[in-house]
Formats: sequence, C-alpha cells, structure tokens
Amino acid sequence: MPKEIIKIEDLKREFIMGPETVHALRGISFTINEGEFVTIMGSSGSGKSTLLNILGCLDQPTSGIYEIDGVKMKDLTRNQLATIRNEKIGFIFQSYNLLARTSALENVELPLFYNSKVSSEERRDRAIKAIEMVGLKERMDHTPSQLSGGQQQRVAIARSLVNNPVMILADEATGNLDTRTAYEIMSIFQELNKQGITIVFVTHEPDIALFSHRTIVLRDGNIIKDYKNTNVLSATEELAKLPKQED
Amino acid sequence: MRLLNLLKIAFKAIVLNKTRTLLTMLGIIIGVASVIAMLAIGEGSKESIRTTISAMGSNMITIRPGADDRGPARGSGGNVQTLTLQDYEVIKEKSELLSYITPVVNSGGQVINGSNNWPSTIYGVNPDYLNIKVVGLQSGSMFTDIAVQTASKVVLIGQTVVDNVFPDGQEPVGQMIRFNNIPFKVIGVLEEKGENTFGQDQDDVVIAPYTTVQKRILAIDYLNQIMASAISEDDAPEAVTQVTDILRSQHKLTATEDDDFTVRSMEELISTFSSTSEMLTILLVAVASISLLIGGIGIMNIMYVSVKERTKEIGLRMAVGGKGSDILMQFLIEAILISITGGILGVILGLSATVFIEKFLNWPTSVALYSIIISFAVCALTGIFFGWYPARKASALDPITALRYE
Repeated sequence: MPKEIIKIEDLKREFIMGPETVHALRGISFTINEGEFVTIMGSSGSGKSTLLNILGCLDQPTSGIYEIDGVKMKDLTRNQLATIRNEKIGFIFQSYNLLARTSALENVELPLFYNSKVSSEERRDRAIKAIEMVGLKERMDHTPSQLSGGQQQRVAIARSLVNNPVMILADEATGNLDTRTAYEIMSIFQELNKQGITIVFVTHEPDIALFSHRTIVLRDGNIIKDYKNTNVLSATEELAKLPKQED
Repeated sequence: MRLLNLLKIAFKAIVLNKTRTLLTMLGIIIGVASVIAMLAIGEGSKESIRTTISAMGSNMITIRPGADDRGPARGSGGNVQTLTLQDYEVIKEKSELLSYITPVVNSGGQVINGSNNWPSTIYGVNPDYLNIKVVGLQSGSMFTDIAVQTASKVVLIGQTVVDNVFPDGQEPVGQMIRFNNIPFKVIGVLEEKGENTFGQDQDDVVIAPYTTVQKRILAIDYLNQIMASAISEDDAPEAVTQVTDILRSQHKLTATEDDDFTVRSMEELISTFSSTSEMLTILLVAVASISLLIGGIGIMNIMYVSVKERTKEIGLRMAVGGKGSDILMQFLIEAILISITGGILGVILGLSATVFIEKFLNWPTSVALYSIIISFAVCALTGIFFGWYPARKASALDPITALRYE
C-alpha cells in the first residue's frame, strides 16, 4: 500500500471581509499518496489557490485536519511550519516570485540559506545541480529581468527543488506562459515526478491536467470530481507535435 | 552559521539598494556630523574665553567706582569720581592678600610721531601693572617708582601703536612721540598679546606713570580704576571680600548703604562670560538636536518604507522556509550595518568639519567626546529601532498575507 503523504479532512477556510464571510473551502477531504501527480482544477474563485496555500503551510485552515506524513499541521508552531516549508515543500508561484536584481543561481540558493545544516559549498553545488536540471546552467548568472517568463519559471522550479522536497506545490505555474513553454515546464514536472517527487499542480487549463495522474475539480469550495487519469499524456511528446516555432 | 547566512543576506540587500542605503545614511551622517561640529564650536568658544581671561591674569582683581550694575546696560564707570588715590593707598597698606596693586587712570587721545598719528588709549599706572596684566617687555624697560613720583613724561607702547606711528621699522625706544600734543619719551615696547576673545586689540595701548596722566593729560585727582592681583588664584575670592570691607570702611558706608564701588575678580568674569557661552552652546545644541531629530525622522521614514516595499520579499523568504526570527534578524542586521556605517561616516565628517572651521574660519573649536558618543548613539538607535519595528511587524505576518501584499 502506498504511503499517504497528504491527508486532509473536512478542511474549511473562511475569510471575513467586512460584514461578509466568504467560504473559500467548505469542508473538503482527500488524501494524496507519495509519488502522485495531482492537478487541482477549477474556475477562478473555486478555492483551489486557497487549498494549495494551506497545503503549502503558507495559510492556516479555519477548521479541519491537515496532516503531512502523519503530522498534524495544526499542532506545529510558526517556526516548525517554517522548517516544514523549508525541508519538505517546494512551492512554485504563478508570478515566479524571484528576487529582483539577484542572479538566478542566488535565487535558487535562497531556501538553503535558511537551512543551517547546509554549508556554503554544498549550497552552491546543490543550486548548480538544480539549475542544471531545469536546463539553465548557461544563464545562472542572469538576473530575472534578463530572463524570459519560461526561464524565470524554470529558475523558480529549480528553487523549489534545491531542498530535495517530498512534494512540490505549483500554483498556476504555467498560467503566464505560452503553450510551448507551458509544455516544456510540464515535461520538467513529469520528469521530477518520475524521480518520485509528489506534485500537486493547480491550474484552470484542462489540457494541462491531461499530463497528471489524477484530477481533483473544485467548485465553490467543494470537490465536485476526483478522478484518476487513465491516459496520461507525455509533455515531451506533445511538445514535439506542436508546430515548429519560426525564429 | 545561521547568523553568517543572515549577515550575507543583509549585506547583499544593502549592496543591491545602494541609493536607498545612501539616502538613509545621509540622514545619519548629517545628524551626527552637525551635532559634533556645533558642540565643538560651543565648547571651543567657552575654552577660548577661559584661556583669554587667564592670559589677562587670572589672579587679577579690578576695583571700579560706582555700584555694581552689571548687565546689558552697564554705564561707564569712568564718570563716577568715588575712587581716590587714598583708597589705593589704604588697600595697599591693609590688604595682605594682594601681591601687586596699581591705580589706573586712562584717557583716549592721538599718538603722533612726525606725520604719523594713531588714535589710542593711554593708561596711567604704576610699575606693578606689568605683573598684574602678565605682560612682558619686547624692548626697553619699565618706568620706575621715581618716574611715578616725578610725573615723568615717559611711555611704553604696544605693538599696534608701534606699527602705526613707526611704520618705517624705526626702533621706537628713545624716540619722542606726542600724546594729545604733550611730548613723551618712549622707553619701552610691550610684548605682543594679540586680540582677546572680545575682539579687543590688547596691543593698542600706551602706558605712562599714573601721576603723569592725572596731572599732565587729564588734570584730575581721582582714579578710574584700581587693579590688583591676588597672591594666588585661590585667594582671589577672599581678597575681593577683604578689599570690599576695607573700601566700605574707608568710604564710611553704613550697613544699609550699597557699595559705591565694584570689586570683581577674574574668576567672576570668567563665570560671567562662561555663562554667556554656555547659552551659546545650549542654543547650538538645540539647533543640532533639531537636525538630529530630522535626521532620525529621515531614517525612520526610509527604513519604514524599505521594509514595507519589501513585504512581498519577506513573504517569499518565509515561503521558502525563513522563520520570523530570520526575517527580523535580517532587517535588524541591515539597520545596524547602515546606522553604524552612517554613524562612523558622520563622526568623520563632523571631525573634518571641525578641523575645517578651525583652520579656515579661525573659530576656536574643541571636540567633546560626549558629543560624539551622544550623537552616534542617538542616530544608531533611531536607525536600529525604525529598522526593527516595521520588520518585526512584517515578520509576524502569515506568509501568504505578506506574499499577497501590494
């Protein structure tokens, strides 16, 4: 039986906006096993980003249980949560969130700065390895403003990888990218997933969901569908099928 | 290890934001420098007054006719005729705390030598005068007691008078000059003393026996002043009381009557002028404090904005595993580095400004250690506090709130 890595039960998240209470998540439950590649789908306002933020320990649920590896997140202090984020989770944002005027390599190194177990030589080696993995070794001295959107997102992926996380959470990671670049990014995710990293991917584009094993569909804070994907497409193959770019 | 990492992060942030860092530092630099320079000017003028007065003879006691009406509208004591030669003789005889004493009569007039003339003041004194005023002779010699008794027409002149009535570099000693058309023989030249702090040229003097000035120039029998010098500086206050008592009985004043003369020691003069310059220092400190305050507000402003505008960055740092304390430490280290560097630069600038003022404006300055410590501490603490305070608020946010901050 595969190991459960994420378990949520009756998870609710409410936002109080003045006199109104917005129910972003209305009590959802599921489990994700180690090595799964899950996409969370839904239109905007369905609560998918809220869910991902809670999974990434960036936000706290109003009620309900969230466990990573059997540890209840509710019981942890802010510092312990920071350590979980640092050591177990790689988070990728739609808007990349790279530090401006800072080289790609230094951006990738960032999480390791907060891990006192890693020496400065090891930090550099691991950052270079991660940046190689996303194919940006030649550009590691470039700052974000000198990189294209796709390249910036690859730097962000390298940053999420550098701590050898158990899972990578991506929030609309391809949302700002054209189809070709999006497929390139997806092929990197598929490659990482093959290496055993659990991936939870939030998107509103159905074609992106075709690259994952499982899709959870949210609407208005509830799960309306949760199904296994029988015909997983290979992003690398799909990329090859795209019309050649004229450059 | 962790601290070293944070130091690296903070250092990088400073280098990445050179202009902002510089602007923040500017507030600190100017604040610190202005306090140091202003206090140096205040302290310097105080000290120079003190040295000038000591150079005039710190044991000196002056007795003037007329009641003590010191204050901004002090009238000229010279018109009051209550001080006589007899007073001088009685004081000289009775007071054992005085080592030297001389009557003083003075008159303005024209010093003439051939076609050169110069307006100056003639002081009629006795030979003790040089010891009381602590002046030496550059050439020639002082007149004797006999010259005083015979009302000899001899004078000693100061360097300014020499320069003006002997412009050709002639040796003045032995020459004849005229003061108010009365011929005098120059028997000596006084050592150069320069200007005192009050801007008075101490070399613009002519000295003659007091009898000569009384009889031949002014035709008076009273004195304008009596100058004396106490045995030591410590004895001066005691000597003042003694002289007062002697003069009161000499003038037959009853207990209810006010003094019709004023006895003052240099010590009192020092404290009078010190209190004036104390006021000046306070004024300067007030101005400097305002600039320090403005500098502080500048630091506050920039630190606050710099943390605010980096809220998103703070969110990201927390998202990749930075703890609240890491964030706080990063900003604190940044604030400390900026404040301390700015403080040090401010001290350097303040000290150079002081040297500049001393060298090129010729103002006396004296750098007080406490001004360096206080201004440095105030600026450094403001910088650190206002770097710490917004950072502390930011580090308490949920990562997602910080990330979403616009």
